[in-house]
Amino acid sequence: MGGAKMARPFRETLKTKDFIVTAEAGPGKGSNTEKLVEHVELLKDRVDGLNVTDNQSAVMRYPSLGTCLLIKEHGGEPILQITCRDRNRLAIQADLLFAYSRGINNVLCLTGDAIDTGDHKEAKPVFDLDSVQLIHLVHTLNSGKDMVGNELDGGVDFCIGASATPSADPIEPQLLKFQKKLDAGMDFIQTQAVYDMDELKRFMENFHKMDNIDGVKILAGIVPIWGAKMARYMNENVPGIYVPQYLIDEIDQAPKGTKAAKGIEMAGRLIRQIKEEKICDGVHIMAIGREERVPAILEAAGI
Amino acid sequence: MIIAERKPLEEIRNMLAGYKRILVVGCGTCVTICWAGGEKEVGILSSQLRLASSKDGNELSVMEAVVERQCEKEMVLEELGDKVQEVEAILSMGCGAGVQTMAELFEEKPIFPALNTTFIGMPEKEGLWLEMCGACGDCFLDRTGGICPVVRCAKGLLNGPCGGTRKGGKCEIDPEKDCAWVLIYRRLEKQGRLALMRKYYEPKNYRVVKRPGKIEALEA
Ligand code: SF4
Ligand code: SF4
Repeated sequence: MGGAKMARPFRETLKTKDFIVTAEAGPGKGSNTEKLVEHVELLKDRVDGLNVTDNQSAVMRYPSLGTCLLIKEHGGEPILQITCRDRNRLAIQADLLFAYSRGINNVLCLTGDAIDTGDHKEAKPVFDLDSVQLIHLVHTLNSGKDMVGNELDGGVDFCIGASATPSADPIEPQLLKFQKKLDAGMDFIQTQAVYDMDELKRFMENFHKMDNIDGVKILAGIVPIWGAKMARYMNENVPGIYVPQYLIDEIDQAPKGTKAAKGIEMAGRLIRQIKEEKICDGVHIMAIGREERVPAILEAAGI
Repeated sequence: MIIAERKPLEEIRNMLAGYKRILVVGCGTCVTICWAGGEKEVGILSSQLRLASSKDGNELSVMEAVVERQCEKEMVLEELGDKVQEVEAILSMGCGAGVQTMAELFEEKPIFPALNTTFIGMPEKEGLWLEMCGACGDCFLDRTGGICPVVRCAKGLLNGPCGGTRKGGKCEIDPEKDCAWVLIYRRLEKQGRLALMRKYYEPKNYRVVKRPGKIEALEA
């Protein structure tokens, strides 16, 4: 564990690699980290960064910070997701200092799904900050000061990411917010799940017309689908995800027992197209509990 | 105005268990308009309490009163006068401020809330009230076309919509509810003021609503 080889810093990868691949690691509910470690071992050398969800969908789980430490200990490159839902500005800053002191140097700044989508529906939502304010906050810490201007004894230097939603309808308010993120200064953006390549292309056209985009890398979000039921469920219940009908039909028509292979093939096909047509700079694969299938998806994509 | 809802009868009866003489006090202002604690509702609740008690074989004497504004000490004293002396407990049908005004004035009597005070809002149509303001102490409406993002956005976001906005501009938490930021976008677009949505807004100053809130006029 201590002797694991050092992963390449994600910031360096962003600067030098043609096609970037990250994968999501979703911690489970409970202190048993066996499966998590298995996924980390399986993926850490296949992807450029492992991105850990923070109480995803407002469901209480093993923490993002703890999982990032595990990844670090196993020689992977962690990306810490921080949402504004569960912590106020003091807690967020403290967590960031801790993360950096333990070699976690990448942070993905998110608003966070609403409490109502999760399993602790009576909890008090925090949202002391929003995602744009969170990005500004990380920059402030990077400059050696805390949010109120006090000097830090030992600074930080985070590589900063955020999300964007190409499938939003209407898209204009989302783009205005996206512009504010770019104005704040971004290293990378990962999109919510995309399925429709025309939509992604339109989003990239919009992106190229925006300000402050120099050096910002865009990773397209890939959420593989494993069945028509799951796709329909996501359409109805998962904020920001919209699977088009033709893809639902395609997985639906695959004979029983071949759905997993079909899902892998479909996800691989999307990634291959993004890469070959150079639509954006890379992908972020969110396999949601099926991390063991990510290597096969990468093979199907020719990576 | 302040919007409130009446608590369930069972909960109110549990609070009053053991008392034989009570005074039910309504308020003639906000809670009258939102059908929660005006003269009519005082009458209904009082009869329900009498009926339920006599069914259980208990005798409960219920007096009724309505103060024009329960959150004003003078008005409460003027209206209730000596009535309070005759009862063991008071059931307030005012908002939380009304309940506490009476609790201050009549320190020796237990006072119970019959309402749940829910928000500051407006009547949208007959029988429907919507939340409009969270009394955040630092009004933001100049930047949002007069639509409050603090309470009308489910997450209180200040810099634009979250990624969960549903198709057609509905809120992540409720497909029936409009996303406040889509409404703000449309309003500002109509007014040719979209530049306001491009500007970055700093984290909110929660110090201005340091609890408990207190405002002193310069010349009292
Ligand atoms: S911003 Fe909203 S909550 Fe704050 S004072 Fe204005 S209307 Fe009320
Ligand atoms: S969908 Fe709109 S109103 Fe609902 S939480 Fe997100 S930004 Fe706020």
